[in-house]
Amino acid sequence: MLTIEAKNVDFYYGEYHALKNINLEVQKNDVVALIGPSGCGKSTFLRLLNRMNDLIDGTRMTGSILVEGKDIYAPNIHVDELRKEIGMVFQKPNPFPKSIFENVAYGLRVNGIKDKTFIEERVIESIKSAALWDEVKDKLNKSAFALSGGQQQRLCIARALAISPKVVLMDEPASALDPISTSKIEELIYELKKDYTIIIVTHNMQQASRVSDKTAYFYLGEMIEFDQTTKIFTNPEKISTQNYITGRFG
Amino acid sequence: MTPVIQAKNTDKRKRYSQAIAFTIFKLMSYSVVAILFIILGFIVIRGIGVISWDFLSKAPEEGMTKGGILPAIVGTLCLVVGSSIFSFPIGIMSGIYMNEYATGSKVATFIRIMTNNLSGVPSVVFGLFGMSLFVNTLKFGDSILAGSLTLGLLSLPLVIRTTEESLKAIDNSYREGSLALGATKLQTIRKVIMPMAMPNVITGLILSIGRVSGETAPILFTVAAYFLPKLPTSIFDQVMALPYHLYVISTSGTDIVASRGVAYGTALVLIVIVLFVNLLANILRTYFSKKVKTN
Repeated sequence: MLTIEAKNVDFYYGEYHALKNINLEVQKNDVVALIGPSGCGKSTFLRLLNRMNDLIDGTRMTGSILVEGKDIYAPNIHVDELRKEIGMVFQKPNPFPKSIFENVAYGLRVNGIKDKTFIEERVIESIKSAALWDEVKDKLNKSAFALSGGQQQRLCIARALAISPKVVLMDEPASALDPISTSKIEELIYELKKDYTIIIVTHNMQQASRVSDKTAYFYLGEMIEFDQTTKIFTNPEKISTQNYITGRFG
Repeated sequence: MTPVIQAKNTDKRKRYSQAIAFTIFKLMSYSVVAILFIILGFIVIRGIGVISWDFLSKAPEEGMTKGGILPAIVGTLCLVVGSSIFSFPIGIMSGIYMNEYATGSKVATFIRIMTNNLSGVPSVVFGLFGMSLFVNTLKFGDSILAGSLTLGLLSLPLVIRTTEESLKAIDNSYREGSLALGATKLQTIRKVIMPMAMPNVITGLILSIGRVSGETAPILFTVAAYFLPKLPTSIFDQVMALPYHLYVISTSGTDIVASRGVAYGTALVLIVIVLFVNLLANILRTYFSKKVKTN
């Protein structure tokens, strides 16, 4: 089943043509890695999927992006409702200055859920899914800032899961973390793909090959190649992809 | 590469100029503190003898050379509260609008230029404007209301500015994090951004209180009474105020030499109020930043 379908997407920051005619289809419960050198447009593309780029002045998109068949850029779409269905984890852990519990409950509360038992169950469930429960179960009321960077990032993942999104977007989720935290996040992604469709931007080639089913290689605003990860990493069609994954540039 | 060998003398010179520069910087910063202590000490030594329960709880007597300054204390407090009621909500909301909604827009730039101009206007001009608008045109008369509105206008730029700066200091990742969870902009501001900005916003508010309580010119034509022993009963009453009282008994009182003591006492009370307000600001700021971290 198709979860995301990008058709002829062009994107501009002012005059700058950041994405050129991107066409990409993502199946349900796939993990798709977006790779490419800095400035290639992979993060920009990711942020189009939950309309995060709307927040930047002077940007413009043409083409269409469908999520489960619905055009998310249609005028009748409410951005806040869309973002409930498409969770996002950022490069730098950004927990709110609230308790661990409240961080995860936040998404539920802003979406109007008041039922205390439901919130509590969902918070615990989400923290467990984010593989953080054993580390924080005794200090749910402590500040999220007291956690380590890796724990904070898993808390941010729990926070995204709490509102049960269909898709989880991850923008270099492990780039600010140490190797041990990174491997925890990777294991987690592996677990999460059972229930979620995941799109992850990464600079780390090994990470892309370890966690993803499919990989898209971006270069200078174009999507050069999109295929099964094993194919991309063993036998890419394009010479540019091969140069990048073998570390000849980028 | 050839090694850099002729560096010996240069090294010495570098170290000397470094030492001299830091000594000068240190002296300058210490002298600021010293000046502050000299002023405070001067006022405290001259004024402390005058302070008594009677001084704080009675009206001026015998042509303001004796008695207390209660009406002026009450008047200043009324004006601080009155101007805050006016300037805090308007200032904070404008600041939020400028930083969160009209980010980088022409409207925001225009408002910013205007508020900067507003803060550059001499306070006596505010007084004149307040008199013509609030006292005469709107017929509030010389009253707490007119004085509070005038002082509120005066402190508005400071409130707007500090609110905007405090909001600007908050990393965008918190806004994005909240919006990505389906929160609206308003929810994001209310539940994430404002609580984080609160410690700094409060500091700005308190600073504006400090400024308001010390201003003389804006209240000169709008509210301040030369001598009025009775305490105010409504917002349409005139009041005495500490800075104006100080000005009056030091320059145009009935007997300037005889009221010197009262003048220093008044100055001391004014300073203590401002210091107390600043202390309160620090306590609130610590409280809020703790709350933000643990809540």
